Amino acid sequence: MKDLNYLTIPKAHELLKSKKLTSEELVKFYINKIKKLNPKIKAVISLEDKSALIKAKEVDAKIASGVEIGILEGIPYTAKEMFMTKGVKTTAASKILENYEAPYSATAIEKLENAGAIMIAKVNQDEFAHGGSTENSAYHPTHNPWDLDRVPGGSSGGSAAAVAADFGIFSLGTDTGGSIRQPAAYCGVTGLKPSYGAVSRYGVISMASSFDCIGPIARSAEDANIVFEAINGIDAKDSTTVTYKYEKMPKSIDAIYYEVGNVVDSIKNQKIEDLKISDVKSIEDLGITEEALAAYYILVPSEISSNLERYDGIRYGNSSQDASNLSETYFKTRGEFFGPEVKRRNLIGAYALSAGYYDAYYKKAMQVRTLIKNRVNEILEKYDVILMPTTIEPAFKIGSKSDPIEMYKTDILTVFVNLAGVPSVSIPFGLDESTGMPMGLQIIGKQGDDNKILEIAKKIQDKTEYHEKVGEIKI
Amino acid sequence: MSKISISEIEKVAKLSRIEIEAESIDSLAQEFSSILEFVETIQNAKTEGIEPTSQVTGLNDVWREDRVVNSQTSSKELLASAPEVLDGYVKVKKVL
Repeated sequence: MKDLNYLTIPKAHELLKSKKLTSEELVKFYINKIKKLNPKIKAVISLEDKSALIKAKEVDAKIASGVEIGILEGIPYTAKEMFMTKGVKTTAASKILENYEAPYSATAIEKLENAGAIMIAKVNQDEFAHGGSTENSAYHPTHNPWDLDRVPGGSSGGSAAAVAADFGIFSLGTDTGGSIRQPAAYCGVTGLKPSYGAVSRYGVISMASSFDCIGPIARSAEDANIVFEAINGIDAKDSTTVTYKYEKMPKSIDAIYYEVGNVVDSIKNQKIEDLKISDVKSIEDLGITEEALAAYYILVPSEISSNLERYDGIRYGNSSQDASNLSETYFKTRGEFFGPEVKRRNLIGAYALSAGYYDAYYKKAMQVRTLIKNRVNEILEKYDVILMPTTIEPAFKIGSKSDPIEMYKTDILTVFVNLAGVPSVSIPFGLDESTGMPMGLQIIGKQGDDNKILEIAKKIQDKTEYHEKVGEIKI
Repeated sequence: MSKISISEIEKVAKLSRIEIEAESIDSLAQEFSSILEFVETIQNAKTEGIEPTSQVTGLNDVWREDRVVNSQTSSKELLASAPEVLDGYVKVKKVL
């Protein structure tokens, strides 16, 4: 039997095309792996094995008939619970959507389906993507495949853990303040937060609409790029989508590296063709990370409090059985089925937007957003890309950050990117000495430079082996 | 000392239409206060004369053709999501 462990998209594609492997065998391989290992990892919320096998057989019939297949055809993947998937449960890891079956699919899911990719499972996350560890899931926490006592990060923790545990070849996640990059870093995989507006948000459960981005978590930058190519583009159903002109990378890339202690510091000594680190500065010199985090925790809860009004116990989702009139339906449904962090964020948002506080909080934070955007753009006028660690520390122990603010701070190096709307890819870049856990390097580019940062990430991965390291799952 | 009073928590909970259990109000007020203290950092930023940013792409007035596009999802499918339905309508509890 061929070794199917940790396949990349091109490798799997080659096996399928050359008929050395059928799509059905590939899907069965992952389903068996999930059945065996998921009880320990708990990345999966619902397994879609039946529909996946039907689709795999269709791809196999196509290959057998001699029709050439596309790069994603027959490739198994998983999707975060934020993605609406027609006829499949879509819970956002919340009790309020416990039995919710989406009546239509997200554009990103539809695009992948049209490209022939096969969704094998929906995966865990923090409830409504509010969190940085997947511990806020209303169902169960997910465990980091590198160390089962540690979190996989969040909010796309199920996606990152699924890729790291080899439950499918890639996963779709969402990133509002670091929710793709932080878990990718914690799980030793590659995660892309595209430019805002590059990928349609249609059919993806809204968190904070001016921040939310959709992107892949994968085993390599090359795989992430293949998925990004398939899902990006303008969508009539999301009027915030943008047609970016994806230009070729210039011959030589000029980078600035922001140091954070000695985290992923070895990038400085790497000789990567066409990548020149012309400046090294301390993270304090960037000067915006703390203000960005504070502004983020005003703006995002504000948008949340508005977006989550739709969970009214009337149109969809769970409804309290104890309500005797309309007003009680709202209060009791939301009180009963929202988790603690979701309640906190709704309340903070309502406070920041309420009369008397609007100018001091919401408006002020929007002005700070301008300053941050200007600062990021100013740096990216001078350099092609910014390099820096994705997180300040590796994945932490489950249950060790019970204080909400401690949890918020895990995104200190990622949120400013969302405030500015620029793209960033996190790639694995070595292991933390004391814990042996993976750490991530972030490559940040200008708005619309998604393909460039992925190309740089690929050049780094061509020369290094960090991304090939996998955590041994101890069971 | 909590920066936020219990009555203020009750007020925003009411604005948010979220029932809060009496026993969790104290801890919520404390968490709320420390979050507010944390975000207070932005008050140090010099923002005089700075335009607020509400979106990052600079897009405005995105038009589409004024033409009816039929939904691919039927009303039956959409109604199937509602907790209570009667004769093709979403059913709600009495208002008063």
